[in-house]
Amino acid sequence: MAKISVEDLRQIKEKTSRNSSLRGGTTTVKITVHMGTCGIAAGARSVMDTLLEEKAESGKTDIRIVAAGCLGMCSSEPNITVEILGQEPIVYKNMDSNKTRQVFRRHILKGEVQTDFALAKG
Amino acid sequence: MKELSLHILDLAENSIQAGASKVGITIDETHLGTHIKITVTDNGRGIDPERLEIISDPFVTSRTTRRVGLGISLFKTASQRCDGEFSIQSQKGKGTTVSATFAIDHLDRAPMGDMGATITNLIAGYPDIGIKYHHTLYKESLTMDTAELAAGLDTMELNDPAILSRIKEMVNDFCRQ
Repeated sequence: MAKISVEDLRQIKEKTSRNSSLRGGTTTVKITVHMGTCGIAAGARSVMDTLLEEKAESGKTDIRIVAAGCLGMCSSEPNITVEILGQEPIVYKNMDSNKTRQVFRRHILKGEVQTDFALAKG
Repeated sequence: MKELSLHILDLAENSIQAGASKVGITIDETHLGTHIKITVTDNGRGIDPERLEIISDPFVTSRTTRRVGLGISLFKTASQRCDGEFSIQSQKGKGTTVSATFAIDHLDRAPMGDMGATITNLIAGYPDIGIKYHHTLYKESLTMDTAELAAGLDTMELNDPAILSRIKEMVNDFCRQ
C-alpha cells in the first residue's frame, strides 16, 4: 500500500529551503477562484492550476491563492477575484488558462488591470 | 461534469461550505470487480432528515445566491446513468457521507480525470481543511492525510508550490498505472 508520506515531501523541502525563509511575510495579493458547481463545470480547476503554476514560476511569496464558493454569477464562470492591497478588487469572468496567465503576468505582476476580461470593479 | 474527479472536487466543496474541517475522499476502482465507488464524507453541520429526502432535487439548495443546486443532482444522475447507485447519509451536527457507484465499462461513464489536480486544488484552495484521501486501483492503493503531512513538515507549508506539484505528480502517477 502506497502512501504519500512526510518523507516524500521532505526531500522537496530541502530543495526549496532557500525560498521558505521568505515565507511568513505579509500577503499583498489575494486571488480567489470561485469554485461552486458552476465554476468547476466551467473549468475553474484548470484556472486554479494555472494560477498555482504561475505563482510557482514567479517565485513570489506574497500572493495567496484561495478557493471559494459560487459568486452568484454562474453564467460568467469561471470567475476569479483579484485583490491587491490598496486597490479595488477586480472580478474577471469567463476565465481559461490563457486569460488567467495574462491576468497574472499583467495585472498581478505589473499592475495593469485587464479590462477586456473584467466583469466588475469592487 | 467531464470527469469523475470534478464531481469529487464539487462534493468536497459542498462539505467545506457546510463547515467541515475534515473531508474524506475514498475511491475504490475495484468495487464488486465491476464498479468504481466514490465516497466523500465530512464532519460538517449535516442535513435535516426532511431536507435529505429532497436533496438531490436540482431545485433544492441552501444557498441564497441562486435558486438551483446542481452538485448532488449531477452526481446522482451521472451514477444512475452508468448502472450505479447513489446514497447519502447525514446526521445533524455530525456530518454527511455521499457515495455513488459507476459501472466501469459503461459507455457513459466519465473518466476519472486529473485526480492530482483535484487534490492539490483542495489543499491550495482550503489550507485549513484536513483532507484524507484513499484510492484503490487493482491491487494497489494510495493514501494521503494532509493533517499528518502538515504536522510532519513543521515549518513548511503544505501549499508550497514545490510540495503541491510533488503531491500532484504522485497522485497522477498512481492513477495512470
